[in-house]
Amino acid sequence: MKRKLILGLAVFCLAGPACADWAINMPKGITDMSHETWRLHMHVFWWCVAIGIVVFGTMAYTIFKHRKSRGHQAAQFAHNGKLEVVWTAIPVIILLIMAVPAAETLVKLEYTQDPDLTVVITGYQWRWHYEYPDLGVEFFSTLAAESNAARRKGSGIDPATVENYLLDVDKPLVVPKGAKVRVLLTSKDVIHAWWVPALAIKKDAIPGFMNQMWFRPEQTGTYRGQCAELCGVDHGYMPVVVHVVEPAEFKTWVAARAEEAAPATAAGEEE
Amino acid sequence: MTPAEATHEDRYYVPHGSQWPIIGSIGLFLLMFGASHWLNGDDFGFWVMWTGVAVIVVMLFGWFGKVISESLAGRYNSQVDMSFRMGMFWFIFSEVMFFSAFFFALFYSRFFSVPWLGGESNNFFTNLFLWSGFEAVWPTNGPGDVGGQFQPMEPFGLPLLNTAVLLSSSVTVTIAHHALQQGNRLFLKIFLALTFLLGFTFIYLQGAEYIHAYTEMNLKLTTGIYGSTFFMLTGFHGLHVTLGAIILTIMWLRVMRGHFTPRHHFGFEAAAWYWHFVDVVWIALYVFVYWM
Amino acid sequence: MTTAVAGAHAAEHHGPPKGWRRWVFSTNHKDIGTMYLVFSLTMFFIGGTLALLIRTELFSPGLQFMLPEFFNQLTTMHALIMIFGAVMPSMVGLGNWMIPLMIGAPDMALPRMNNWSFWILPFAFTLLLSTFFMRGGAPAGGWTMYPPLVLQTGDAFPFLIFSIHLMGLSSIMGAINIIVTVLNLRAPDMSLLKMPLFVWAWLITAYLLLAVMPVLAGAVTMLLTDQFFGTSFFLAAGGGDPVLYQHIFWFFGHPEVYIMILPAFGLISEIIPTFARKPLFGHDSMVYALACIAFLSFVVWSHHMFTVGMPLTGQLFFMFATMLISVPTGVKIFNWTATMWRGAMTFETPMLFAIAFVVLFTIGGFSGLMVAIVPADIQYHDTYFVVAHFHYVLVPGSVFAVLGAVYYWLPKWTGTMYNEKLGQLHFWLSAIFVNVLFFPMHFVGLAGMPRRIPDYSVQFADFNAISSIGAYGFGLAQLLFVYIVIRAVRGKGKRATSEVWDHPKGLEWTVPSPAPHHTFEVPPKVSSADAFS
Ligand code: HEA
Ligand code: HEA
Ligand code: CUA
Ligand SMILES: [Cu+2]
Repeated sequence: MKRKLILGLAVFCLAGPACADWAINMPKGITDMSHETWRLHMHVFWWCVAIGIVVFGTMAYTIFKHRKSRGHQAAQFAHNGKLEVVWTAIPVIILLIMAVPAAETLVKLEYTQDPDLTVVITGYQWRWHYEYPDLGVEFFSTLAAESNAARRKGSGIDPATVENYLLDVDKPLVVPKGAKVRVLLTSKDVIHAWWVPALAIKKDAIPGFMNQMWFRPEQTGTYRGQCAELCGVDHGYMPVVVHVVEPAEFKTWVAARAEEAAPATAAGEEE
Repeated sequence: MTPAEATHEDRYYVPHGSQWPIIGSIGLFLLMFGASHWLNGDDFGFWVMWTGVAVIVVMLFGWFGKVISESLAGRYNSQVDMSFRMGMFWFIFSEVMFFSAFFFALFYSRFFSVPWLGGESNNFFTNLFLWSGFEAVWPTNGPGDVGGQFQPMEPFGLPLLNTAVLLSSSVTVTIAHHALQQGNRLFLKIFLALTFLLGFTFIYLQGAEYIHAYTEMNLKLTTGIYGSTFFMLTGFHGLHVTLGAIILTIMWLRVMRGHFTPRHHFGFEAAAWYWHFVDVVWIALYVFVYWM
Repeated sequence: MTTAVAGAHAAEHHGPPKGWRRWVFSTNHKDIGTMYLVFSLTMFFIGGTLALLIRTELFSPGLQFMLPEFFNQLTTMHALIMIFGAVMPSMVGLGNWMIPLMIGAPDMALPRMNNWSFWILPFAFTLLLSTFFMRGGAPAGGWTMYPPLVLQTGDAFPFLIFSIHLMGLSSIMGAINIIVTVLNLRAPDMSLLKMPLFVWAWLITAYLLLAVMPVLAGAVTMLLTDQFFGTSFFLAAGGGDPVLYQHIFWFFGHPEVYIMILPAFGLISEIIPTFARKPLFGHDSMVYALACIAFLSFVVWSHHMFTVGMPLTGQLFFMFATMLISVPTGVKIFNWTATMWRGAMTFETPMLFAIAFVVLFTIGGFSGLMVAIVPADIQYHDTYFVVAHFHYVLVPGSVFAVLGAVYYWLPKWTGTMYNEKLGQLHFWLSAIFVNVLFFPMHFVGLAGMPRRIPDYSVQFADFNAISSIGAYGFGLAQLLFVYIVIRAVRGKGKRATSEVWDHPKGLEWTVPSPAPHHTFEVPPKVSSADAFS
């Protein structure tokens, strides 16, 4: 009985995340690096499953076989030098097998040079500011009004009726497909973290320092994430939305934004 | 062998209940409760805080007094003595770790954060976008010039004199210890007195240095990271010197009362260890804070 | 045998004083141990109640019960109470009770200081808990207290800092006491390598405590001066760095998590051999593994900071060092399995908790290894995957080990056997619900749910609901535990023999059950059969 339950528990624990393509796993994402990260994640995961099967299997066997109720007599050994060397050495080898690809991916992730486009992102309590320093475009991005209304306590709005509840903003970040985008990240108040799972990048926005990261989106579409560092009351309400568009569309978007901004600045200068 | 037959050496002294720890806890509670309110701007907290300090002082006298009287009554065997020694040793170790945190802050800011603000390592854009024009040099009050223009502390002059004072006090305390072991009470009295006098001299000079820094050099606790690390490190050290000097004074008073024998004088030794510890911390301070 | 010596003259020695004085002025390791354990259980229930409030709000999307600021207070206080109030004191309590019994010492080496270590805690937690009723509420910046956010705390701020100072003081004194007791008060023939593993684990843990609690005190002191006295430790404009705090905090924080697990390792190493009726496999390598883990724990702290923008070399170093910890931890898992191998096992409640510990801790360890892989951690960091990781190592890890140990030694403490049927029921409820509670967190974490949020996107709703149900179930199961313990303390149940179990090893089983108020006033003779070898 107990044995079955323990076994069942182990199987349940292992079988769960094994259904890799269900919504319970890490998304594969839309960049080469996100694919690489995903593969690394699965690689390490499967090694853990394998080790788990061996260890839990042995335990299940001994729990089943070597119980007093089956009349098993206790052996009295307490050492086995060779065995101990083996089970110290094998994990080391497995770790090396994991460490090498991890290090390779990390080195690539840290290579932020030669970008096609640079975006400066600044965290505020509780919204993001996006700036394209080379294109003269900048704007704030805040939680979408619908979500903002529904999220209030006692709002009476069922979150399920709100599209992309808490994951939508008024003005998303727009980037061209295929371009290497370098993100420069900082904050004006407390620490935030900018994260889009589909891009497999996350970094802290630290006041007074400028962090860097990069991504090259390979698919158009809208990708959503959230602030990932506790930043106060509305930490849960500063989502990140990235629009990946075709390069041509990006150009028109930039032009439109510049036009939008121009009268405003002109008006500002007149005063 | 039954406990009744057991000799004194075999029996570890386990005291019966004691009221001092709970009094100490109450004192600590008052101290911190009061300090919190005071920091939040409630004036009554100030008085609560000092009440707490007073309770703690009473506790210390009561507790140590009890230990001393038990010791004089011969309750402690060599094993108990060993426990005290080990306890003191590891307590000092924990103090060393406390200072390490502040030394870590010093090294981190000198070798990482300040150079990064100046654009080094992976922080090229930190300097370019946020602090352009800032050059990483030490000492600094940061790219925001927090606290305004200041003069850094010179290693020679007063600090060097203070080093000499503290080092010689370490020598005198060792001489006093030898005198105690050899039963030379006169030397013991003289050199122990010299030790704590040197200790108080150190504190006096340190005070003078602080006043000089505040009034003449515009070097304050609020002078960016340099002021922060300088005053926090030397300040906590000064606090420990003060404590150590007070303890040595008390030991001297005990000597005058005829306490300690050439073989049993753990209280004295503990004070001496503590004194050596503040001495070693000072050397690290002198090298890393003043000199390099 | 030593039984006679230990018990015979207990009467001659006056027993415990009556009334409140017995507890408030106590210098007796057993009474102080009991107080630690009761305190810890109380805090576990308070911290657990906060957790249940968290789970209630997270049951479904949308804010139903509280405002976000209160939610953040709950998260922060839940963690602080569980770590400093529940798990650490429970280990100290067990150490207090058992270390002197296991090494044949008359008491802790510094009994009055032992009292002080304990009696600081209620005051520290009064300070901390009182912040719930202050202007601005309790601290809400997470248990990690990162600046600049934590500097936005209201009136609670200095109370938070000072209560941490007090907890640190208590831990430091407790650690000194344990070190001195173990090094100085062992029975004459108890050489270091003959010591039971629980004692070893605590000795090493005490060194960890001694090395890192003062560092935490330093870190929060810097927060205090940054807030009130204008220092610039964590202010870039002044040349400091908010990340500096994180380094100092995690230099404490990582060893801290091992402070919570190493004594648990020791407990498991006591329980499994007894019920396998076999000596612990590889006693010495277990000790070396503990030492190795403790050593490594000082050089891995930045694995909590893989997203702060450390230089590449730093990230690589901390990734490799972190991964290495799996090796000595694996040695422990394998040695426990080998201890069970070809034993004659029975499955009383302590053994059930021990086996569940080994399995579920390993699962938590696996997710630990996964979060150590930097590129992958960039995805996992600050999501519920991490929450799942650490609850697996902490709840079915540390907490299960303590529960198992309480069942294991309760007959020794009270002289009464607990009700085995109820004990097993408690075990199965706990083991099942703890997985219902924490396993789904892996899924929502991987799917992208950040931690420390009061409300979430609807796609995470199902698993969160399951989690919450698990939390209620797990919580209710703990009420059963309290009932079982109270029954035993009241003496309702079979009398326990001095051995309690089937020929267990160790000096604690040579004294009568319940253990008399004073034991080993004269050091016992340690026959080689009494000690582990
Ligand atoms: C009891 C507490 C405990 C324990 C024991 C551990 C154990 C480990 N932890 Fe965990 N950890 C926490 C408590 C703990 N942790 C907490 C509280 C946090 C979050 C803090 C916060 O942010 O609030 C955290 C967070 C945390 C992070 C940061 C995640 C993030 O924020 O992004 C990392 C990253 O490396 C990590 C790694 C590890 C590793 C590698 C181990 C290893 O020690 C695990 C080793 C064990 C095994 C691997 C299993 C057994 C081994 C074998 C069967 C051998 C063979 C196996 C292999 C070769 C794989 N932990
Ligand atoms: C030892 C440490 C420990 C322990 C034991 C636990 C135990 C539990 N934790 Fe804890 N937890 C942490 C350490 C711990 N946790 C840490 C360090 C964090 C991170 C904090 C941070 O982000 O800063 C965290 C965060 C954390 C979160 C994430 C919050 C967030 O990110 O916003 C959640 C969410 O579900 C959670 C849940 C639980 C639950 C349900 C339990 C359960 O196991 C609790 C079970 C116990 C009980 C339920 C008590 C039983 C009591 C009753 C049944 C009483 C009934 C009476 C009434 C209801 C009046 N914890
Ligand atoms: Cu911004 Cu969390
Ligand atoms: Cu860690």
